[in-house]
Amino acid sequence: MQETHHDAAGASEKETRRWRRKGIGDWIERRASLVFIAPAVFAVLLLIGYPLVWNLYMSLQKWELGRQPPEFIGLTNYINALSAPRFHQGVFKTLYYSVLATLIPTTLGLGAALAFNERFFARGLLRSVFALPMMATPVAVALIWQLMYHPALGVFNYLLSLVNLPPSLWVASSQTVIPSVALVESFQATPFAALVILGGLAALPAGLYEASKIDGASAIQRFRYLTLPLVWPYIVVVLLIRSVDALKAFDSIFVLTQGGPGRASETINILLFLQAFNFYHVGYSASMVVMLFILVVGAALVLTRLRRDPSW
Amino acid sequence: MVVRESAWGGREGRPFALLYGLAGKGAFWLVILALMLPALFFFFWMISLSFKSQVENTAYPPVFVPSSLGLESYAEVFRKHPFPQYARNSTIAGFGATGIALLVGVPAAYGIVKWRRYEMALLILLARLVPPMSFLIPWFAATRSLGLSNSYIALILGHMVAGLPLVVWIMIGFFEDLNPELEDASSVDGCGPYGSFFRIALPLTLPGLVVSSIMAFITSWNDFMFSVVLSGPKTRTLPVAVYNMLSFETVNWGPLAAATIMVTLPAVLLTLFIQRYIVSGLTAGAIKG
Repeated sequence: MQETHHDAAGASEKETRRWRRKGIGDWIERRASLVFIAPAVFAVLLLIGYPLVWNLYMSLQKWELGRQPPEFIGLTNYINALSAPRFHQGVFKTLYYSVLATLIPTTLGLGAALAFNERFFARGLLRSVFALPMMATPVAVALIWQLMYHPALGVFNYLLSLVNLPPSLWVASSQTVIPSVALVESFQATPFAALVILGGLAALPAGLYEASKIDGASAIQRFRYLTLPLVWPYIVVVLLIRSVDALKAFDSIFVLTQGGPGRASETINILLFLQAFNFYHVGYSASMVVMLFILVVGAALVLTRLRRDPSW
Repeated sequence: MVVRESAWGGREGRPFALLYGLAGKGAFWLVILALMLPALFFFFWMISLSFKSQVENTAYPPVFVPSSLGLESYAEVFRKHPFPQYARNSTIAGFGATGIALLVGVPAAYGIVKWRRYEMALLILLARLVPPMSFLIPWFAATRSLGLSNSYIALILGHMVAGLPLVVWIMIGFFEDLNPELEDASSVDGCGPYGSFFRIALPLTLPGLVVSSIMAFITSWNDFMFSVVLSGPKTRTLPVAVYNMLSFETVNWGPLAAATIMVTLPAVLLTLFIQRYIVSGLTAGAIKG
């Protein structure tokens, strides 16, 4: 499939080159490409690019929205954030949350993909049911988990008591709150991870497996030396998208805890949301957004590198 | 055809092969059951909560199967909250955002494929990478000073920005799959780029248009962050309304669950139609690019 794409694209490129030598046709065509592509690019630049630059500029200002006009203060916002324990804890909690909300769905998703790659009765139907949580409204999902997590009346603690395990406080305790919230996001992200990896598994050559079986490779060896390296690019894609989304995570944390109990689940996103929209410290939160952005881009760059170099 | 091998395969011909096979099959179905359990239990519990009475919902040990199919909770949602108004707001934002995202995104995807301007696609992908807060704070300040904080415009544009990368990347996939000979033939027949876009490419990629519309619509429908910042009392969307109900109805779980079902149902149903394509939408170019 991929190969034919390239051929087709190559042919149409030759075609367009032949076109370009034609003077007037050349001009119309150039203008057409502008008409087709420019509005979307313009929308992105206007609605995201410009606010981003504005945000960068605001991070150098002292600005309390509605209370006083902006005043240039240089890097003070950054220095204040970087020296504030609340920001340090926020960074740590963001990373803790992101590692969990990336690794749990990727690991479970890999397992699920291996299982759903088998042929069995009603596979399509079961896979659809398995994938249902993926696109459910996150706020609604978090809300139902909230009720299931209820320390006194929740169904989870009842189920734990059935197997003689001690009850947990889930999102109500500062010890368990971050794993509990990460679990809610993992509930929605695992089907996504599974479906991406399943796409990779479906593209594997079957002949290789035949050969390895004749050579006497065990199921574990086949997984370690054949399956894993071949689906590795797909796993990296999952890691990439999951970590970017986890670093940006907002909905489930905000609905479940709003950063609580105390500040136990106050990730950078929650912290700066509260700073910006509850206290109107626009300049200060702008500086934190810039640092969050650097964190996201950094994670994305590291993971793209991981994808190009599968020797691990 | 790909021949799939089972993980416990290769034991045939040994003694007790049948026994191994049966045990393996049993273990395999246990794995499948374990994988299905979270989704099954979650949706079962959601439905169960919405049908149970308040007494049953707060009983301990919990009541699993409702004693009757009571619709009281659903009625209460409509009685106490302007639910249709919220649904209308969500629908307006969804259609508005989807419409603009298609209008802007589909031609862009076509142009990117036709003139091989993939760097533009990467630029549009920026919208997927940037933490929304980094443009939401400026937007918030702008909507306040422009007096748009209770209008649909900011909301629609916010949801559009979230849906645009999905539309562009899904449509790129569909346009790449078009047979280039059709394009060539159309240009020989005197169709310019506009003619071949409207007469050849669009009709042949209708499934892609359906998939990307549904993806953009669900993205808007499910959104919480943009809506909580950009919507006012009049334009409040369903997820924000449901979130507000949480503080309102702390003890009354039935109406809460009923509201979450009514919010989630459209998204889940739409998902079933396009399941095959969802992955390519959500990975938005990461696999190819």
